[in-house]
Amino acid sequence: MSRKHRSYLYLLIGFAAIIGLSFPFEAGLNSYDMRIVINVGISMILAASLNLINGFTGQFSLGHAGFMAIGAYTASALTTMVFGTTEGTTQELLFLVVLIAGGVSAAIAGLLIGIPSLRLKGDYLAIVTLGFGEIIRVVLQNIEPLGGSLGISGIPRYTTFIWTFGILAVLIFVTENLMRSTYGRGFLATRDDEIAAESVGVNTTKYKVTAFVVGAFFAGIAGGLYGHYNSLIRPLDFGFLKSVEIVVMVILGGMGSTWGVLLAAALLTYLPEALREVELFGIKFRDFRMTIYALSLILLMIFRPQGLLGDFNAEEFIRKIRGKPKKPATTET
Amino acid sequence: MSLLNLKNLTMRFGGLTAVDAVTETIEPLLLMGLIGPNGAGKTTVFNMITGVYLPTEGQISFDGQNLVGQKPHEIAGTGIARTFQNIRLFPSLSVFDNVRVGFNNALSIGILGSILQPRSFWRGEKEIAEKIDHLLEMFGLLDQRNELAKNLSYGDQRRVEIVRAMATDPKLLLLDEPAAGMNPTEKQKLMSLIRYLRDEFQIAILLIEHDMHVVMGICERITVLDHGAKIASGTPEEVKNNPEVVKAYLGHSE
Ligand SMILES: Nc1ncnc2c1ncn2[C@@H]1O[C@H](COP(=O)(O)OP(=O)(O)OP(=O)(O)O)[C@@H](O)[C@H]1O
Ligand SMILES: [Mg+2]
Repeated sequence: MSRKHRSYLYLLIGFAAIIGLSFPFEAGLNSYDMRIVINVGISMILAASLNLINGFTGQFSLGHAGFMAIGAYTASALTTMVFGTTEGTTQELLFLVVLIAGGVSAAIAGLLIGIPSLRLKGDYLAIVTLGFGEIIRVVLQNIEPLGGSLGISGIPRYTTFIWTFGILAVLIFVTENLMRSTYGRGFLATRDDEIAAESVGVNTTKYKVTAFVVGAFFAGIAGGLYGHYNSLIRPLDFGFLKSVEIVVMVILGGMGSTWGVLLAAALLTYLPEALREVELFGIKFRDFRMTIYALSLILLMIFRPQGLLGDFNAEEFIRKIRGKPKKPATTET
Repeated sequence: MSLLNLKNLTMRFGGLTAVDAVTETIEPLLLMGLIGPNGAGKTTVFNMITGVYLPTEGQISFDGQNLVGQKPHEIAGTGIARTFQNIRLFPSLSVFDNVRVGFNNALSIGILGSILQPRSFWRGEKEIAEKIDHLLEMFGLLDQRNELAKNLSYGDQRRVEIVRAMATDPKLLLLDEPAAGMNPTEKQKLMSLIRYLRDEFQIAILLIEHDMHVVMGICERITVLDHGAKIASGTPEEVKNNPEVVKAYLGHSE
């Protein structure tokens, strides 16, 4: 298998595995467990898309839930108010259309907020994006046609295992390929040293905005998936805490390590559900979830600042298992 | 026609005039030195040329274009590349990738091409990889190709910075103290390398350097700054014997 087609091969294998797994999952899991699985997939999309911005490009964004909200509202409003509930192939096609529409709206929002704010550094960008997320939430609360604070209800349940993980597979394909191109190098160079990057002709603003827009696009799609699984979306679902949760997944997974971030997203979505009713000192886990997040972040910063998987590289790992020597990464074709 | 024109270039930081009305020209293919005691304003001149600082006053034109107000990456695009006094590599990237970033603009294939990676993507990547390996070999860095930049020795890091700058295919190369931290053997090699770069790539080089052996050994013209102002300019012999220069250096005796 030549390097050229490897990413397509992985994508195909991914699709096949997802379709194959969907049968036992759909048949064997009760609706409660299925909900957890879908939520894990949506979290993975959110975390991997934020990873493009926070991890690879080093821009600290705290507004990812805002992009998710825009996608969720766009897609859900289109389905409930324009297209209505459909079935069969029409349904699948229309679902694709509304998901993409949600992604595109979020991407446009990303462009509009990214261009002025990405000139800001570090903390300032975090504050502006945090403000953006909150503004989106407050605006949604006040748009009566979109249900105000009650949100949109009665959204048909189109989101399936295959849709969720299929989109995740596409996101991983897009990310891994981008990272192997001038874009990925532009992201990393911008993260490592903006002045040095500019000095060799790298338009750091362009790369920051690109990362922001692509990240926002997939967050918007995740929002559409969420709406069409939950049947109900409210502005409150996309608050500041949601953004923080996604940021924690990226940091825990090790800023920039796709596989680490996916693992962290899965753990942080699954564990709270599994431990939901567990009590400690008479307090239910779900009530001190945020405390646990904070604690695990502190512990991580002390003991494993590079994140759970840190510099873990899947391809290299596989090569090691297969006992092949490490080749220069780029000259082979 | 001269390649770079600085006219009345001035940079003030609050009350401090770091660079004071400097006027200078650099001809194509020239190997020129910019020297002066610590704090004379040499690095600030580089930072103004490359757009890191916006000059308080004065003009910079390169190849007939005005540079003042352009962004650093735009200036890099006109054909000016530089290195930094306190090395600025991309620490988490390999030596190879550090250099490859320098080829980013030469390789522009668009975002869709980067995601879908058609045949032309791989062809471009392959061509660039060959060029990078050629450059790395020229600088004796091929063995460190896959090493992370941050793990290299000081001298090697300095040389990777030069290779990365050369990757942008510049007409003018600005080197900020390239010999700093090198031992005498490395310095000797660096000198012949700088000469070779100029001849092989047909570029002009402006060099800041404290090591007088290096400066006098390779520069064809030298300009001297003191307290931000230009106090002398000429051949190495002329500059060496200029009483103003001698005074400036003695006054700052270290
Ligand atoms: N960003 C800045 N803000 C304030 N002052 C600055 C700034 N950059 C440089 N300076 C001051 O300008 C003066 C010239 O500094 P510059 O770095 O250009 O000197 P130099 O000739 O490169 O010295 P050296 O040989 O030590 O590198 C110094 O007094 C320095 O402190
Ligand atoms: Mg200096």
